[in-house]
Amino acid sequence: MALLILPIIIPFATAILSLLFRRSAAAQRAISLLGATALLGAAIALLNVVWSDGIQATQMGDWPAPFGITLVADAFSAIMVTLAALTLLATVVYSLADIDVRREAFGYYPLLNVMVMGICGAFLTGDIFNLYVWFEVLLIASFVLMALDGDQAQMKGAIKYVVINLIASTLFLVAAGLLYGLAGTLNMADLAVKLRDVARPDLVATVAMLFLIVFGIKAAVFPLFFWLPDSYPTPPAAISAIFAGLLTKVGVYALIRVFTLIFVQDVAYTHTLILVIAGLTMVAGVLGALAQTEFRRVLSFLIVSQVGYAVMGLGLYTSGALAASVFYIIEDVVALQCLFLVSGVVYRLNRSENISVMGGIYRTYPGIALLFLIPALSLAGFPPLSGFFGKLALLQSGLAVEQYAIVATALVVAALTLFCIGRVWSDAFLKPSPAPGSAGVLVRSAALSSSRAQMIGMLIPVVVLVALVIGIGLLAEPVFGLATRAAEQLWSPSDYIQVVLGEAL
Amino acid sequence: METILAFVVGGLFAAGLYMMMRRSIVKLIIGLALLSHGVNLLIFTAANLTRANPPIVPDGAKQPLPPVADPLPQALILTAIVISFAVLSFALVLLHRVYQAVGTDDIDRLKPVDE
Repeated sequence: MALLILPIIIPFATAILSLLFRRSAAAQRAISLLGATALLGAAIALLNVVWSDGIQATQMGDWPAPFGITLVADAFSAIMVTLAALTLLATVVYSLADIDVRREAFGYYPLLNVMVMGICGAFLTGDIFNLYVWFEVLLIASFVLMALDGDQAQMKGAIKYVVINLIASTLFLVAAGLLYGLAGTLNMADLAVKLRDVARPDLVATVAMLFLIVFGIKAAVFPLFFWLPDSYPTPPAAISAIFAGLLTKVGVYALIRVFTLIFVQDVAYTHTLILVIAGLTMVAGVLGALAQTEFRRVLSFLIVSQVGYAVMGLGLYTSGALAASVFYIIEDVVALQCLFLVSGVVYRLNRSENISVMGGIYRTYPGIALLFLIPALSLAGFPPLSGFFGKLALLQSGLAVEQYAIVATALVVAALTLFCIGRVWSDAFLKPSPAPGSAGVLVRSAALSSSRAQMIGMLIPVVVLVALVIGIGLLAEPVFGLATRAAEQLWSPSDYIQVVLGEAL
Repeated sequence: METILAFVVGGLFAAGLYMMMRRSIVKLIIGLALLSHGVNLLIFTAANLTRANPPIVPDGAKQPLPPVADPLPQALILTAIVISFAVLSFALVLLHRVYQAVGTDDIDRLKPVDE
């Protein structure tokens, strides 16, 4: 099935081609734009096939299932690949206007494509060790993006990001090795079969906890989120936007995948723990956001808080709750990326990240202020927007299994998120612009000349993403249908196992 | 054999973690290197150490002589070594750049907001 390999091959080919033309920035831009468009096309085609024909799998190198590496696309994978492609396209279009010449010369576009290749590989693989390898691919590209041409603040953020992720990778390897020692296989579908009646369930639980820590670090859940607000705000807006939208979701995806397919031996223990973690993540994230004064640091803490909601559906562990989580992830990727892209525009207007010295945007550029307000309100769960439906579905499934504590937490956190956004709105957008040269104005790079054409180039992807945030809200029914299909496949993994293992079962 | 290797793995982990908890970034990277060696040995040990024949079909035979050793752990370790080599060399370059930008390798002086 060639369609399965395309989301990996297209970014790879794009990266190589742009490396070949590394002396010409114009060629690199054109190639990346083409590559991202092609990737989105391939991802939508894959989603379409998975929607109409069910789960797709292909064996790499023609080695039969438990021995070779399998690529699998169920509805969840296909949705995530489509989101990755969408995020890449928006980031590339934004970067055409935003990214400086030096970063382009140092291979910004190839790195972006290699990272997305790693992300798509992680979404499509059906093998734990292969998942590790894809994680490494996306990590090393993201390391370079994070540190590329950085000033002091960016370097400080980068070293933390690199170290915490290297520790997570090491633990991932430990977990994979122990899992192989226990089950004698690393194919996810085969593991699901073999771990059903394993001799030592206590050892499986230990390995499951290791995976929870590893993917918890990647997804930035409580108490493993501290690295995110230190590192995400430091690189340019285009880079932090693709990180904010996608990278934590890779961790969430991996958590949902292994804790619905492989580690379901002791749901009462593991998934309750996940539920508690989800609640603490929401609270810790939003409280952190309330305490911050820098625009992108506020947004970074809100990412953490949102991860809590995305994981909540897994913790509740019903088919409906998983559907709510998938819907929430779809909405979250779009809204968060949008907010970070807007933060780049706002930075150019104000030359500052500190919201207390910002202001006056609503008066001078009401359109841009609106582009911030819509995704921000969606994040808080304001009714007609897409975030509302995700939260509503999560709350309903929480009530259905009588987990009132988490429902109350989610409601309180949503209110606090709204409060937090209101504070940013009134400080950074609504209040009059402070007098130039007043105390505390923090200017990171002095000469950011931004022409009108540049501004328009940066606003195009933002407008499209805002339209998507509204569109997902208006078309909540079909999108929710898609999420429900994904959740059904996650909930009863027998189809997945059947498709991967085939006759070997 | 497993017992000895278990102690070796434990020792490498302890040394690696000790190095990582120092304040210097150089020591942190050395700690990471030790940790990754520990993990490689751990995979080797966890995947059932046996004295067995190599999984290679001899001339004229249809299948290798049983008992056959499992080649997969070695393949995993080899991949892991290659990856950790790449990542560590990147970490060293990054360390150098951080040192140039910040002028220190003391972790306590890498707080995000100290302007």
